[in-house]
Amino acid sequence: MALISSTSPHTTVSNNTGAFMRQVIYATLPGLAVLTWLFGWGTVINVLWAVVVALVSEALILKARGRPVAFYLKDYSAVLTAVLLALALPPTSPWWLTLIGVGFAIIVAKQLYGGLGMNPFNPAMVGYVLLLISFPVAMTQWIAPGEAPSLAQSWQLFTGQLPVDGLSGATPLDTFRTWAGNESELASHSILHGQFAGLGWEWLNLAFLLGGLYLISRKIITWHIPVGFLGGLALPALVAWLIDPVRFSDPMFQIFSGGAMLGAFFIATDPVSAATSRSGRLIYAALIGVLIWVIRSFGGYPDAVAFSVLLLNLCAPFIDYYTQPRTYGHNKANRGTNSAKQGGDS
Amino acid sequence: MIRTLFSSRSRKVYDFHGGIHPPERKALSNGTAIVPGPMPAQLILPLNMHIGAPAKPLVEPGERVLKGQMIAEPSGAVSAAIHAPTSGTVNAIGPRAIQHPSGMDAICIVIDTDGKDEWIEHTGVADYTERSPGELVDTIRHAGIAGMGGAGFPTSIKVNLGDHQRVEELVINAVECEPYITADDRLMRERADEIIAGINILQYLLNPRRTLIGIEDNKPDAISAIKRACKGCDIDVRVVPTKYPSGGEKQLIQLLTGKEVKSGQLPAKVGVVCQNVGTAYAIKRAVIDGEPLLSRVTTLTGEGVSQPGNMEVLLGTPVRDLLLHGGVDPDNIGRLVMGGPMMGFTLHNPAVPVVKTTNCIIAATLEELPEPPPEQPCIRCGSCADVCPANLLPQQLYWHAKNDDLEKAQHHNLMDCIECGACAYVCPSHIPLVQYYRYAKAEVRQQAAEQVKADKARQRFEARQARIEAEKAEKEARRQARLEANRKKKVETSAPSVDTAALKQASLDASKAYKAAVKAAKAAEAEGADNIDELKAEVDRLKAEADKAKATVRDAKDAGPAAAPAEDLVGNLKKQVGEASTAYKTAVKAAKEAEANGDDNAAELRAKADELKAAADKLKAELRDAKASAPATPAAAPQADPVADLKKQVGDASSAYKAAVKAAKEAEENGADNAAELRSQADELKARADQLKADLRDAKANAPATPTPAPAAAPADPLADLKTKVGEVSSTYKAAVKAAKEADENGADNAAELRAEADRLKAEADHWKAELREAKASAPAPATPKTPPAPTDTPKAPETEAPQALTAVDPEVAAKRQKRLKALKTAYNMAHKQYKEAHAALERGERNGDIPAEELNAMERKVDKLKGKADVARDALDALVEEAKADIRAHTGKDLKTLKLEAARAESALGDKQRELEQQRDSASEDTLEALSSELQALEAEAQIARMALKQAVEEQGLQD
Amino acid sequence: MTAVLIAVAALLALAAVFGAVLGFASEKFKVEGDPIVDQIDSLLPQTQCGQCGHPGCRPYAEAIAEGEDHNRCPPGGQDTVDSLTDLLGRDELTLDDEGAEDADIPKVAYIREDECIGCTKCIQACPVDAIVGAAKLMHTVIVDECTGCDLCVEPCPVDCIDMVEVKPTLQTWGWNRPAGIGERPDSRIEVVNL
Repeated sequence: MALISSTSPHTTVSNNTGAFMRQVIYATLPGLAVLTWLFGWGTVINVLWAVVVALVSEALILKARGRPVAFYLKDYSAVLTAVLLALALPPTSPWWLTLIGVGFAIIVAKQLYGGLGMNPFNPAMVGYVLLLISFPVAMTQWIAPGEAPSLAQSWQLFTGQLPVDGLSGATPLDTFRTWAGNESELASHSILHGQFAGLGWEWLNLAFLLGGLYLISRKIITWHIPVGFLGGLALPALVAWLIDPVRFSDPMFQIFSGGAMLGAFFIATDPVSAATSRSGRLIYAALIGVLIWVIRSFGGYPDAVAFSVLLLNLCAPFIDYYTQPRTYGHNKANRGTNSAKQGGDS
Repeated sequence: MIRTLFSSRSRKVYDFHGGIHPPERKALSNGTAIVPGPMPAQLILPLNMHIGAPAKPLVEPGERVLKGQMIAEPSGAVSAAIHAPTSGTVNAIGPRAIQHPSGMDAICIVIDTDGKDEWIEHTGVADYTERSPGELVDTIRHAGIAGMGGAGFPTSIKVNLGDHQRVEELVINAVECEPYITADDRLMRERADEIIAGINILQYLLNPRRTLIGIEDNKPDAISAIKRACKGCDIDVRVVPTKYPSGGEKQLIQLLTGKEVKSGQLPAKVGVVCQNVGTAYAIKRAVIDGEPLLSRVTTLTGEGVSQPGNMEVLLGTPVRDLLLHGGVDPDNIGRLVMGGPMMGFTLHNPAVPVVKTTNCIIAATLEELPEPPPEQPCIRCGSCADVCPANLLPQQLYWHAKNDDLEKAQHHNLMDCIECGACAYVCPSHIPLVQYYRYAKAEVRQQAAEQVKADKARQRFEARQARIEAEKAEKEARRQARLEANRKKKVETSAPSVDTAALKQASLDASKAYKAAVKAAKAAEAEGADNIDELKAEVDRLKAEADKAKATVRDAKDAGPAAAPAEDLVGNLKKQVGEASTAYKTAVKAAKEAEANGDDNAAELRAKADELKAAADKLKAELRDAKASAPATPAAAPQADPVADLKKQVGDASSAYKAAVKAAKEAEENGADNAAELRSQADELKARADQLKADLRDAKANAPATPTPAPAAAPADPLADLKTKVGEVSSTYKAAVKAAKEADENGADNAAELRAEADRLKAEADHWKAELREAKASAPAPATPKTPPAPTDTPKAPETEAPQALTAVDPEVAAKRQKRLKALKTAYNMAHKQYKEAHAALERGERNGDIPAEELNAMERKVDKLKGKADVARDALDALVEEAKADIRAHTGKDLKTLKLEAARAESALGDKQRELEQQRDSASEDTLEALSSELQALEAEAQIARMALKQAVEEQGLQD
Repeated sequence: MTAVLIAVAALLALAAVFGAVLGFASEKFKVEGDPIVDQIDSLLPQTQCGQCGHPGCRPYAEAIAEGEDHNRCPPGGQDTVDSLTDLLGRDELTLDDEGAEDADIPKVAYIREDECIGCTKCIQACPVDAIVGAAKLMHTVIVDECTGCDLCVEPCPVDCIDMVEVKPTLQTWGWNRPAGIGERPDSRIEVVNL
């Protein structure tokens, strides 16, 4: 008779990291559906392609690092990175764009830092930013909502056989940035006037919001990051909009445009690169939101989720350091010097 | 930071950070009433069922014990007594597997039960209020009660806080938050009144401002039972929400009182005392019923047992018996846990006993508590920090523990972790976080212990250094003082005429003897000789002597005048000698190198070296002469000189021999052709060294007694010499053995030869050792002062040597010959005796003149006949001896020693005969005298022959050398 | 030309000011003593074993401070070498223990008392006075004080001193470090007697 000898606890929750990741992937499905409805099959094709690229590059680099390949592939973290990056890319992206982005995200941003759990930056956003600054034209060619290309057209766009120019159109954020301050122009662009935010994009963001709420209900993520994120984005937007509604867009438009909801529920919540403590996460996410608003309103890019997330990834250890909880039985939270002696007194 | 979550029935219940809600699984075992546990054949009672010092056994194996009899008493303040849970016989007190995650053994008292369950006399206290709290504390202490919740802290300490400590709240822990466990639940349902009685005793002892019972809301029956029981008492029953780990002491205190116990402190510091319900029940039994802690309610549960439930188990019952009692399917168990699934530990051995702290045994199937999956990378999800009841950062602790960064881990309050397992429970990556913390904590403790030890070591080291310094300084001061005193004395009185040089020599001799003795003792020890003790005693005696001699020398030196200035001539000669020997040594070295390289001119070089040696020797002789004639040298010098010279020669010879052996060995290793040659050369050198040594011995023996101040040192000499010899021979033997072994290993051809050589050397060594032993035995006792040369060893040598040499030649032949020799000797002796008797009778007759001439003639004839017979026997004996000698010579060839010993033997025989002759000269007749003198002559001739042979051999050796 | 002169003058003035400030600071915040030796000494394991070639830990600390290699302390192990590297900011070195594999195993000296002849040689060799005994009387090791330096083994004329491994007790036992990421711990224990 062989008995298990192990340390306590002898029982654990049944889920695991892979299950966590899979849940997040499932939660993106509403958003993916809306993307397909609005912009055609391009995103679906890209998601599938990105997953293939991610798995292959992850497997190769794991092999090169001498790690057990199957064990690490089972945690689905590479798949999730690929899905999130593909969702953020324009539906018109050709195969090579995705290949470069995902490959860079997995190999450089994740594995070269030590793999899962060790990467200081969100790999999907690192890949996205690399593409954005390397291929700015390809990365800003979105299709006008409602003019979804056919499956064949999407495939041709993916393979590069069809030029994007004929199909592309500006996004609401683009449009607003172009005509900010010009009241008549703003009024004339229908894309800025959907049911409650930018045309089409409002539904996309709503779908991601739904997926996010599902994650919160399943306790995959906590409310801190999405609330902080959206609050940090909406609050300055509200103040500014109240001051000058022509120059600044309204908060509803802000949080339901671009990658706001995707960022709030799926990108910023990446636990590896975020702050750890609850209050730290609130601060971390709020700062991302504020930064997005600042860049959207004053910066050179129409959207700024990726930049903001990466910048705050940089600050996460710092935030963690200042938001350490007070341990039971101690008077003060541990901060300051690294002396074990000071930790003990109270 | 204490957040009020909700109010319950007008009384506040606080909350603590974190916590989890694992599946409770209590329904498995809480449906049935508590039943008595099995009566096992053997009870195993660890001396450490509690925290603190192990109890001290009061019984011996084989002793019969009664139920309730104290079998081990508390040893020290933090300790608890142990009682026999039933009647029986103490089987053993020894190591058994105990309740510990390591699976290690510890001392247990093992009792063979007799099934009679015979109680020892015991009485309770009906009204405990009649007793003083101190008496009750004593009762509790002697009842062996220790915290029944899991930690096992001796209860008597917790209830005896002293007058200065005011107890605000007495908290009774009835939470039982771990999954599976229902022992307290059932106990409360069935024995609520007794629990309340126990709590009342606690109230009497502690006099708290209020008493709170905390029960989780998943035990409604227990809650109602307790509420019913404590009607009319000053007890608050507080229902706390089900959450793990509400039952942690600190967590429960926080839940019920909102107070936080400071890190590293006890709850008493904040005026709270926490006791488990089980403990309260045990207190009631101890005080009111007079029954010490003999059993406890333990939950036996898990899907591996067919009848889960709660049992009142005798302490010491092996888990195996419990499992069998509960209907276990051994093939269906995947994990055996003592304690709860969150904080319990897996058992390595079902023989582990149930102890005071064992609240649960889980026999779980593999499906129920599956094998832990492999650890995945931490994704920093933060779930662990969310559930940590101590509000730690488990993730940070994990990183630091994993990287052995103990300082940082401690900075993050590693030591405040209560190891509840909530973090590991929720970790999606299945990281065994608790094990990491336990590992880190153990490391921290070990490092702390090491630090303490290192500090202590440093202190001791520094103290030692200081002491050594002080000793040195003291010695120096003493020396200075002495010098000062001497200077004064010198001024006052004329220098006493003590012969410093002689003293020095004596001292040197003594210490040399001591060293030799030490060496001999060591060698003997290495050989495993029987007489080690004897040798040791000898060594010690010699040391004392040497010390005494040294002291004498020192005194003499201090008292005496400065050493005489060295003579110019002597100095010059000395210098020359030094130069010559250096030249010689260089030459030898060159020769050796040449030999090693197989150069042609090796022989030439060696010849040159020999020349140089001769020159050096000559110079040395000159120097000796010069010294002898030098008027300034102390009186003892001429006496000491020949000896010293011989000594030096011996030293030279043996070093030459050693060098030769080394060279030979090297050559052998290199497979050089001249190895055999070198070896024979080495043998020659050895022989020479031996001879010189013998000379030295003789010289010493002949030398006039060493000056009076050190008579004690003198008798040591022959012994010391022997000892040195033994040491040398055995070291040679060892070297030979080593060489042989090496040769064996290398598969050299001459291995057998070398081995034979080694054997021979061994025989020699043995012989010398035996001799040494004998010499010692015959040496005068150390206490009595003695006269120098101990002649004991010389006559002995030949007797032992001859057979020794024989055995060394050819055991069979030698044995045969020895037999014959013995027979002949006996025959000769008999013949000789007869002849003597006859002769005596004849003489008597002649003297008295009353015997007829015829008869006298007949007697004379008879005497002659007898004499002839004796002569024949003698001749035969002589012939045989001669033969043996020849044989020995033939076999041992260059063995000079044998020859020498023959000579010595002949000489001694001659001496004997001479003495006999002298004695009889007055009384014996002409005839007898004639016979004797002719015998003497024969012996003289024999001795002469031996001497000649010896001389010739020596000369031969010398020529070859 | 004047501009150049002004620039030079200004620079000189600045240099003078800063020099004065630095001089003042070096006087004012002067560090007393030679704490580096103390720091090194505190990192050394204090076994006083002399395996570094110095008679004790402090002499070695002084030697390190004077530039000797800091990797000659086998009892301290690689950890000590690393922390010394950190402290001194020197090149990383690997432990110079001549390949001793069991350096990490804690040991104490044990005298086989039947064989001890009472020569006091080990007592003289022990750097921390952890051996008691008198001439001709049996000696014994105070286990708690023994640092396991094995300096007493060599001088013993009868080889009656063993270095025995310190076995873990219930008090000193500690959990192992977990196997690590991706490793399934070998956690099965064969139990026969049920």
